Amino acid sequence: MIETLNTSSTAWKRKHLLSLEELTANEIRFVLDTADSFKEVSTRSVKKVPALRGRVVVNAFFEDSTRTRMSFSLAAQRLSADLIDFSEKGSSVSKGETLIDTARNIEAMGVDVIVIRHSAAGSAELLSRSIKASVINAGDGAHEHPTQGLLDLYTIRERFGKIAGLKIAIVGDIANSRVARSDLWGLKKLGAEVILVGPTTLLPKSFESLGARVVHDFDSVIGEVDVINMLRVQNERIKSSQFPTVREFTNLFGLTSDRFTRCKPDVFVMHPGPMNRGIEISSHIADGPQSGILTQVTNGLAVRMAVLYLVSGATT
Amino acid sequence: MATLLITNGTILDPSQKLERKADLLLKDGKVAAIGQDLGKADQVIDASGLLVTPGLIDIHVHFREPGDEEEETIASGAAAAVAGGFTTVCCMPNTKPPLETEAAIEFVLRESQRVGLANVYPVGAITKGREGKELAEIGSMNERGAVAFSDDGVGVADASVMRKALQYCRMFDAVIMQHCEEHSLGGGAMHAGVVSTSLGLPGIPPEAEQLMIARDLLLNRKIGCRYHVQHISTEWSVELIRRAKQNGQSVTAEVAPHHLLLTDENCRGYDTNYKMNPPLRTAADVAACVAGVKDGTLDCLATDHAPHLAEEKELEFANAPFGILGLECALPLYVKALVTPGHIPWPRLIELMTVAGAKIAKLNKGTLAIGADADVTIIDPNLKWTIDKNQFRSKSRNCPFHGWDVQGRAVATIVGGRVSWTLR
Repeated sequence: MIETLNTSSTAWKRKHLLSLEELTANEIRFVLDTADSFKEVSTRSVKKVPALRGRVVVNAFFEDSTRTRMSFSLAAQRLSADLIDFSEKGSSVSKGETLIDTARNIEAMGVDVIVIRHSAAGSAELLSRSIKASVINAGDGAHEHPTQGLLDLYTIRERFGKIAGLKIAIVGDIANSRVARSDLWGLKKLGAEVILVGPTTLLPKSFESLGARVVHDFDSVIGEVDVINMLRVQNERIKSSQFPTVREFTNLFGLTSDRFTRCKPDVFVMHPGPMNRGIEISSHIADGPQSGILTQVTNGLAVRMAVLYLVSGATT
Repeated sequence: MATLLITNGTILDPSQKLERKADLLLKDGKVAAIGQDLGKADQVIDASGLLVTPGLIDIHVHFREPGDEEEETIASGAAAAVAGGFTTVCCMPNTKPPLETEAAIEFVLRESQRVGLANVYPVGAITKGREGKELAEIGSMNERGAVAFSDDGVGVADASVMRKALQYCRMFDAVIMQHCEEHSLGGGAMHAGVVSTSLGLPGIPPEAEQLMIARDLLLNRKIGCRYHVQHISTEWSVELIRRAKQNGQSVTAEVAPHHLLLTDENCRGYDTNYKMNPPLRTAADVAACVAGVKDGTLDCLATDHAPHLAEEKELEFANAPFGILGLECALPLYVKALVTPGHIPWPRLIELMTVAGAKIAKLNKGTLAIGADADVTIIDPNLKWTIDKNQFRSKSRNCPFHGWDVQGRAVATIVGGRVSWTLR
């Protein structure tokens, strides 16, 4: 069991976690395996290890988030790191200070890891180029949300004992989803088949070039998939005419009771949250035995502990 | 009676279909003679092994003055121009306030004269405030010396306003230079395609450019105003212009160095120096632009020199401003894109960089004919060098070509018979 930070002999050499696109299959497996050992910590009566004692982790959230932020906070605390929680709504531009300046100021206080959530794609990468601390991307615009991707992989692997060979449908607003992109990269690298499902207005054909099967008829694939990952429907997409009404969206792309009956009997249902019950997913499915939604949240903690631990190791 | 004699060079003047070894005599700011044994002069430049061409012209630059003088001024922009071999530039009116009055036109011309490095000509706004609603005082600006009209930075979105602008400019035989971007399809940060999908950045589809070109060509079909498409970036834009020209329509177009050399793949890594509008497109678009230059569909080369502060370019990709420097590295980049691969020969390149732009903006420039303004660029076509943004005269540094090994460079730039710049 990992009690202290052991910097040698790891398969992880990265200082930052910016995307799953840049990771190798081996690196991804290594994070998942590391998360395995951390999951055990949560089962103890004293749920804390001294791995990051004396290290400082900053949660820098420039966009609303509840679960990701709490998950990172708790993960850092369980590793005994000192934690600073920083949040700034709206873009740094509107505040008159650039993101890089804000980050440099935070870094000047002597931090080791910055966990960043930001509405602009590429902001984590921008940060990693500008400061010396490790950077963990906790979601950058529509680009990637790598720890969500990792916890999804972890949860699928835990359920099926493997990832290679599985068929996974990711359903909904793909174009604007960082979760879809991270899942896609991670799943492809570990040998799964990824089927993206959504309306043509929210699922451009260009996703085929990223290695996915692009499907606009949910029912045509519903019976063949092992995992269905439902994405959150954003109301503002109606205003921009990407679909006409929520009702029509549910009819075409919702995981309704009717559709659920046509799924494989052992289908596994996921959702990155927060859910719109009754819109993209029926309550009884979300709360049913085939739902992995709360397991995802539990696993998220272990995965984020692993990521914090690994990037910190690479720093020294 | 100041005289300047340039000896032993190869005179390359496409306006006269001239390409021969000869001396060039400049006298009192005009071209006095081309030939041998032209006598003594106050100053002699030996141009052995070099090309002697009409001063290079760039009909599309942004000098940011008035309003954003920390990014560029007419003085720093003119210094950058001559360092790149350009003797004449046309600066776009998207300053703060915009160039939309006679006073603003007058200001640019006076400041250009005061600086005395290059000919900086103002382009006036088409509409008041560049808002696309009411026509600006085009006639008055035209009279005062505006060489063209443009709302560059944005296109004139409203079809009825654009129709009136075309009709109105026709009256003065003034050229409209349109930034072609259908507003409702714009708003992205880069080309809409596989790379934007992968990066999670909002895209600008090629149709944004094509729609406005197509609309304007239809609007102008019967009006026949001199209509110029700025910074072409897509395959179908080239095709639309090719067909319009086949139909005898009044249309010209320009293309920038970056649209001949870079693609949206360069945006991976979120380097904002690759962010400009129109955005970098695909390899097929680049090939189409090169083909357009080759077959004459595209009339001239223009850099869209757009300086920005480092701190602005340090923002997140979606929030950083559009723009890329052009003037100081344009010549070797055109060489790399067009001459080295054999698409066009040197005389054609010089034509595209001199008389072609002069025709579009109706400038009495771009030629070494006897009596013409003594604007001359001396080029070493074989000089190998490395682009170094830290050596730029521009106030800004937003250049993704930094570090590129290139060939061909202006070694002396003469404006109005006076040497404005020499390479060390």
